[in-house]
Amino acid sequence: MSEKIVVIGEVKDGVLRNVSFEAIAAAKKVHADGEVVGVVCGNGELSSLGEEMIHYGADRVITVTHENLQNYTSEGYCQAVMAVVEEEAPQVIVMGHTSVGKDLTPKLASKLNTGLISDAVDIEIADDQVQFVRPIYSGKAFEKKVITDGLTFFTIRPNNIAALDKDTSRSGDVTDKAVEIADIRTVIKDVIRKASEGVDLSEANVIVAGGRGVKSEEGFKPLYELAEVLGGAVGASRGACDAEYCDYSLQIGQTGKVVTPDLYIAVGISGAIQHLAGMSNSKVIVAINKDPEATIFNIADYGIVGDLFDIIPLLIEEVKKAKVGTGA
Amino acid sequence: MEIYVLLKKTFDTEEKINVSNGQIEDEGAEFIINPYDEYAVEEAIKQRDEHGGEVTVITIGDEGSEKQLRTALAMGADKAVLINTEDDVEDGDQYTTAKILEAFFEDKEPDLILAGNVAIDEASGQVGPRLADALGIPYVTTITDLKVSGDTATVEKDVEGDVEIVETTLPLLVTCQQGLNEPRYPSLPGIMKAKKKPLEELEIDDLDLDEDDVEAKTKTVDIFLPPEKEAGKVLKGEPQEQVKELVTLLKTEAKVL
Repeated sequence: MSEKIVVIGEVKDGVLRNVSFEAIAAAKKVHADGEVVGVVCGNGELSSLGEEMIHYGADRVITVTHENLQNYTSEGYCQAVMAVVEEEAPQVIVMGHTSVGKDLTPKLASKLNTGLISDAVDIEIADDQVQFVRPIYSGKAFEKKVITDGLTFFTIRPNNIAALDKDTSRSGDVTDKAVEIADIRTVIKDVIRKASEGVDLSEANVIVAGGRGVKSEEGFKPLYELAEVLGGAVGASRGACDAEYCDYSLQIGQTGKVVTPDLYIAVGISGAIQHLAGMSNSKVIVAINKDPEATIFNIADYGIVGDLFDIIPLLIEEVKKAKVGTGA
Repeated sequence: MEIYVLLKKTFDTEEKINVSNGQIEDEGAEFIINPYDEYAVEEAIKQRDEHGGEVTVITIGDEGSEKQLRTALAMGADKAVLINTEDDVEDGDQYTTAKILEAFFEDKEPDLILAGNVAIDEASGQVGPRLADALGIPYVTTITDLKVSGDTATVEKDVEGDVEIVETTLPLLVTCQQGLNEPRYPSLPGIMKAKKKPLEELEIDDLDLDEDDVEAKTKTVDIFLPPEKEAGKVLKGEPQEQVKELVTLLKTEAKVL
């Protein structure tokens, strides 16, 4: 009998987050020929989302629709996912390590009395074991972890394990499961949108991050513009957050977010060890700083020594030209 | 209110990490209260000052963990508990920690339990939600504001930059995110008083547990450092030329544009 893997999809603003598809790819790294069962929870019509999971590699999908699943709550989603897990009895469960994944999976692990490996960035098969690679000390080091007892339950960091190519010719069953969702003690009264429109920091392919050198809230404006032309998000160092140039939710570093975009542009950031921990595993790093001795240059692939207020506007124009050139 | 804080000691954020034989070297390293747990201690003290009651800080650790507990007492916590697992538990994981805490809370009646959102070392963020589930109480993670009124709590929760306003009931477990408060530094009188505050030391037998009850479900088989980044190219010339070269390199060499 082949192994059964449950992949918990995550819906944000009516669409599946990309990490849901990455989780399907991760599932197949654990058991290449296992049966992948997707789960999508929400309120309303979910079958098209189920189809999409199948296009990305799921074999079939179970949707759970209930008015109490309109917003994510750990209690509501735990009841929905547990109902599926109890019926399917999978050997493996995978989810994205996002705000929702971090909140939900430990509760499921507690209910299932199992271990949980959070925030894997890679999966390797060695010595007949499935080993999960995950950053520790905010990426200053990495560990390889294995499950020693029970279910293989893990979450993956967005942007690290590539999703499979979308194949719209794939088909599979999408079935709705009726689950009674009750006794919810946490109620979401309101959501205040503060995050920059569009690209989420943890999933961004490009990040433009500012430090104390940006000097003011006003000084961040050109960074937002650069991020926009690059299709990326804006981040910040602790120094910039402490100085109230921007919100703490943008902070990257050992306290704050740990990010691994394809391109990280550090603007007016000197490169304290705590900041480097949060971004040094980015694929390509650009540093722009007027101090040629700044530590950030030690880890940057490309550096420009100069005044960011001169450089950034020029860079915005140059990127625009380059994008036009490729028709992107 | 009976308020409890879950605290972990971690490496100072200034520390470089060295690895030998697949293990982190901790000799001579400076340890601190996990920075996110400091927000939890501060919030606990503020809630106690507003609503009355007592703040107990708990850690699972070794003899050395007393230092971080004393720091929390010096900040203003009332009591501390050290569950010393040095002799009994080897290589515990989050399952282990949650099981021990569950046993600790068996005869307690907490109104509020606070923890850090994650520890900056292993950063799994599992223990808080696992414990809340085991105790059958609601939880809210990554909070940036907490108002308690009677049995109701109104919480602001950071969700990837957006803020959710969540209403829930006590008893409650929350995990603390940056922006919640500004942790105080221990004052000199605070440090003097902390020396006399009660610090109870327990082992897992005292909680009617043995090693098998808390045996980890996961295991670390290797630890390694990422490849060291080499300093790259610093671009020369006038700003206009530097920017042109940068965009060309990003396109043709790095292939990220």
